[in-house]
This record gives sequence, structure tokens and C-alpha cells, in this order.
Amino acid sequence: MENKTFTISVYSENNVGLLNRISGIFLKRHINILSLNVSESEIENVSRFIIVVDTTEKWVKNIVGQIEKQIEVIKAFYHVDEETIFLESALFKIQSNLLFDERQIQNIIKESHSEIVTVSRDFFVISKSGKRSEIEELHAKLKPFGIMQFVRSGRISVSKSKMEISTLLVDLK
Amino acid sequence: MKITGAEAVIRCLLAEGVDLVYGYPGGAIMPVYDELYKFQDQLHHVLVRHEQGAAHAAQGFARATGKVGVAIATSGPGATNLVTGIADAQIDSTPLVCITGQVGKHLLGSDAFQETDIIGISTPVTKWNYQITEAHEIPEIIAKAFYIARSGRPGPVLIDITKNAQFDELDFCYEKCTSIRSYHPKPVLNLQKVQEAANIINNAKKPYIIFGQGVILSEAEEQLKALVEKSGIPAAWTILGLSALPTNHPLNVGMVGMHGNYGPNVLTNECDVLIALGMRFDDRVTGNLATYAKQAKVIHFEIDPAEIDKNVKTEVAVLADIKEALTALIPLIDKKSHDSWHNEFKEKYEIELDAVINEELAPTNGKGISMGETIEMINKHSNGDAIMVSDVGQHQMFACRYAKFNTTKSNVTSGGLGTMGFALPAAIGAKMGMPEREVVAIIGDGGFQMNIQELGTINQTKVPVKIVVLNNEFLGMVRQWQELFFDNRYASTVMVNPNFCAIAEGYYIKAKKVTQREDLDAAVAEMMASKDSYFLEVMVEKENNVFPMIPTGASVSEMRLS
Repeated sequence: MENKTFTISVYSENNVGLLNRISGIFLKRHINILSLNVSESEIENVSRFIIVVDTTEKWVKNIVGQIEKQIEVIKAFYHVDEETIFLESALFKIQSNLLFDERQIQNIIKESHSEIVTVSRDFFVISKSGKRSEIEELHAKLKPFGIMQFVRSGRISVSKSKMEISTLLVDLK
Repeated sequence: MKITGAEAVIRCLLAEGVDLVYGYPGGAIMPVYDELYKFQDQLHHVLVRHEQGAAHAAQGFARATGKVGVAIATSGPGATNLVTGIADAQIDSTPLVCITGQVGKHLLGSDAFQETDIIGISTPVTKWNYQITEAHEIPEIIAKAFYIARSGRPGPVLIDITKNAQFDELDFCYEKCTSIRSYHPKPVLNLQKVQEAANIINNAKKPYIIFGQGVILSEAEEQLKALVEKSGIPAAWTILGLSALPTNHPLNVGMVGMHGNYGPNVLTNECDVLIALGMRFDDRVTGNLATYAKQAKVIHFEIDPAEIDKNVKTEVAVLADIKEALTALIPLIDKKSHDSWHNEFKEKYEIELDAVINEELAPTNGKGISMGETIEMINKHSNGDAIMVSDVGQHQMFACRYAKFNTTKSNVTSGGLGTMGFALPAAIGAKMGMPEREVVAIIGDGGFQMNIQELGTINQTKVPVKIVVLNNEFLGMVRQWQELFFDNRYASTVMVNPNFCAIAEGYYIKAKKVTQREDLDAAVAEMMASKDSYFLEVMVEKENNVFPMIPTGASVSEMRLS
């Protein structure tokens, strides 16, 4: 079975230690987590993990089974890229003088649909949200001018199909 | 009513029906021990000699009784010493609640004296764990701990309580936990799946049942027996399923797995329908998965969704408590017998008798006492009514292969983790849990020395366990592998042993050593008749091997008889 990129979504109680428990499931199988994001979900007091891994479908099924088994996990799902809407965010910190000395930077910003979030005397910051490839492309274009700092977030994603967590929680009450 | 957190811990245990706990005191758990002192007429605390012993004793208690075992330890080394027992309970689905003391909340994360991150350490080996830092959390969390430990697929729970939470006061009110919104321990039985399973079973020509500990954990032994008898299907057991069906039942065909019986293994690859009841297709059961039961339709009755299709692809999966599922299944099953198919098991057993069993139970050529004949001698004197607690290694395989059991929850052994040192403390727990039953620990000379300090617990409590050490002066199982797969290079498997009887006698336990076959019968008789604890050392043939055997990576159909 071939490796693929899978996005695992976990709905859980918001409890100390659960992140450790979930990451341990990957550790135990020697699977590297490509990205991890934890935030509130659409339901009050329910957290949502978005975990991206590169593995086989058999393994991802197994992992999702083990994740769901954790007491504080409400439900876990996995999807391939085609089944989700997903993006990442990135910030680029660049020297302010380049904005005037290297005029093509302004064109790069426009063409890439990124935005300048702040400008100060010494530096300015570009924010870009999108697919990994778009962020990488922007990174490649800005790199020759010198990037002072770069950071990219983990993937966030929503599924195209329904994830009926609210009804599940109602049933349980 | 305002009480301290420490008193609340005791009141919670009492409310859960606990009257026996195993533990070892220390700084961070002293407030709880102070309350144990005050409540000693209601809650009996057994002082072990090492916290690992407390965990294994709680396991032995749980396995023999079906109740939740409780172990208590202090912070730091007290807590980390529990970990092996917790890991063992996790892989063998044993319900435990472990309570550890922790440094005060204000000291957490400061590398304080005897501080260790036991939550972090125990996370991968617990079903659930939680650190209590405020006294008011105690009743709710301990209620959850018991509920989680015993429900669904049981397992160990660790509750870490900071010292301030033990000292502080709370308004005590205890309510048992009956549900947690994110936790669904008992799947809803899908009757459609049961019908599908029944249809396949009724149309099978060579159906075959393998049952595991799930049957024991859900107390479905009567249903298993009824299913086997109505359907006429031969049934084999995993090491943890042993004793769920009496060993002398005509349709009980023996043990599957690496050192199981010949027929049950090779015929796995000849059945047309494989009915797995509360077992998880461990690698020691399946051998090479690529060649395991590929010809068979597999029906898996299992309570843990994560086990379905984990190792073996199923035709029908019935996700449910086994007792409930079998109760629904039995009326749908046709009354049948499968005599010619059953005969194939009998034929294979004849082959195994000739090649292995006869020689093991009555060695020829002047060979010394065998482990198998010692187990057979214990059978003779226990009549199959004893609880047998085995350690890990060759003697464990002999004990499980040859022991006779009439009743369930009689075979207590470390299956999944293979923890040497398990048996002595586990036997203490089993005997205290089932005082009216005879409890015999079967231990190798290696494993005995891994928790030998628990002889002290036996001496102090006078718990009348019978201890049999099968001494071959080797770490026998590893030696066997060295002989078979490492060209006889006996790397660090030779044991130079102490005078075990003198050690036992040092703990005021009656002891006897047998070196000659003709003395074995009388010695076992004397041990079984003893009202007190008894230590019996049997010097066995040094380089015997356990056969049959499925070598690692081989198929079940390639089981070796020699």
C-alpha cells in the first residue's frame, strides 16, 4: 500500500495531557507528524486537532482507531487532500529598505495575493495564506532579497462532507 | 461534611466496594496512609516489599476476582516502580486503579525531592490518567477512574494526587460515575451483524472457534459453552482465554499460538470459518500474518473497535460485549456436530502425543524431572480446581499447555507483556482475592529472583500461597532460542543460583527441594495439603525445550514438533 498525505481531524474534550496521549500514538508507530494544529471547534468546549501525516491507509485507519479509543476523544476522522478544504498561513519578515530599493517586491506581493500586515522603520511583515505550494513559491521569490524571519503554520482544514459531532454529543447526553 | 482530601480518597475507595489495597508508603502519600491507619478495620492495606509487587498483586487480585485491583505508591520512585505492572495490565486488559502521591502543587515542575512526571511517564501504558491538584476534584476523578478501569475493554488508570490536595479540605459527596460523554465503552449490538455471522456459521463445513480473555472479562463462559455444544464447533484458546472453557470439555481442542497445540495451529489454515471471540490476533497467536487463515472467512466478536481489522481482515465484525453478542447468537445457530472435522483435531493430537507430550509427561532415557510432569503432578493433587499463576518463560508455556482447569479465572499469567517477576506477587493478590481457592504459583529460577522480595509480604501477611520454582539453572526460554537459532551460544543465560529453600526458610516459609522423580508425588501432595504457604523447588532437566513451536515469522501451518 502506497503512502499518501492524510489529514486526521480529532474532536476532543479540552483537557491537559490529551495532546501528549495523541502524539504518543504516532510516536509508538514511529510516524512523523508533518503538521499539527489545535484550536477550538464549532462546539463550545470541544477542541479540534488537525494532524497531517504521510503514511498508508491501513496505518491511518489503525491510528484513528487508537485515537478514538482515548477516553477524552469524542470522534476522529481521516481524509485525503481531495476530500478537504485546507490551507496554511505564513509570515515573512523582511528589511523595510528593500520595499523601496527592490521595487519588484511590491509586484511579488500583489501577484501572490499576500498582504503586508505591518511596516516599521526597520522591517515589514508579509502574511500569506494558501496551499503549501503557493507559500513555497512566494518563499522562493522572496529568498533572493533576504528573509529576516519566516514561519509557517500547521495545516487547518475543513472536510467537504459532514462531520456530525454536534448530533453525536446530543445523543450522548 | 468537610473532610481532608486524604480521607476523601479512602471514602471513595470504600464507596467503590474496595476492601483490600496493595501499596508502599512514602513522603508524598503520607496523608493517605494516615487515613489508611484510621480506616484499617474497613480497608485492609497490604504492605508489599517493592511497588512493582503492589501493581502485580493488584493484577492477580483483579484477574482472579474480576474486580478492580488497587495499588498505592508515593511519588518519584514509588510511582515509577509501578510502571511495569501498569504496562502489563494495559496489554492484558486488567482493571487497575493506581493512586500515586505527588509533590505539592506549588512545587510541580521544580525538580522537587521525589518529583517525577508520572502522568507523562504513564500516559502510553494507561487507559486513562489524571493529576489531581485540588482536593475538591477527588470524588469525581476517583469515580471516573473506577468506571473507566472496569468498563468496556478494562485497563489500568493512574491517579496522581498532589500533597496539598491530600491535606486540603472539601465538601465530600460521592456519586458513582456511569457515563462520560466522550467515552462509549459498550458498543450497541448490531443484530444484523449477528444474523450475518450466524448464516456463515450455519453454512460452514469446517468452522473453528478461538476464544480469548474477552470471554472471561465479560463473564460469558456459560454462553461460550452453550455455543460450542449447540454448534458442535471445536474450540481453542489463547493463553489468556485459558480456563474460560473447562480443559476436559470434549470440544476444547487446546491452545493456539507459538507453543500451543499442534492441531489448533495447523488447522487454523484449514478451517473455512474462523470465529474469534474476544481475542486480538496477537503476533504470538498468528505467526506470519500473510499466511494466517487466508482460506477462512473470519468472524470477529470484539468489544474494542480498534481491534477490528487491526491484524486480520474480517468478513463480519460483531462489535459488542461478548456475553450480549453470544446470547443473541446462540438461538440463531443450528444444532449440529462436526465429527469428521473434530476428528482432524484428534488425529493431530495423536501426532503431538507421540512426538512431544508422552515424552514430556513421562521422560525416558534416564532424563531428569520435566516441567510438564511437575505440572501434571500438580493437576493430580489439585484436581484442576486450583488457580495457577505462572511467570514468564518455558515453565509458563508448560504450565499453560498441561494445566487442567475446571473453572474460569483460574489461569493468571503475564501474556502480552511477558513480565518476568509477575507470578509471585500476582499469586499473593489472587489468593487474597479468592481465599477459599488453592493458589499455586509456577515460577522459573530466573523470574523468581525478579520479585523474590515479595516472600516478605507472604511472611508478614501469612497468605497461604503455594510456590513452585522449576529450577533448570538457566534462563530457559532464551537458552532454547540460543540453542535453536544462535548456534548454542549461551550468552548470559546460565544462572548460578542461591539456596532457594534457605531463602524461603529465612522468611519462615516451609520449604522443600525435590531432585528425584520418586520424591515428586509426595512433595506435591505435602505442599497441596499445607494450610500455610509452602515453597517447593523442583530441580528439572536443564536443557529441555518447549515444543511444538512456531518459529518467529513462520506460518501456523509450519509448526515444528521438534
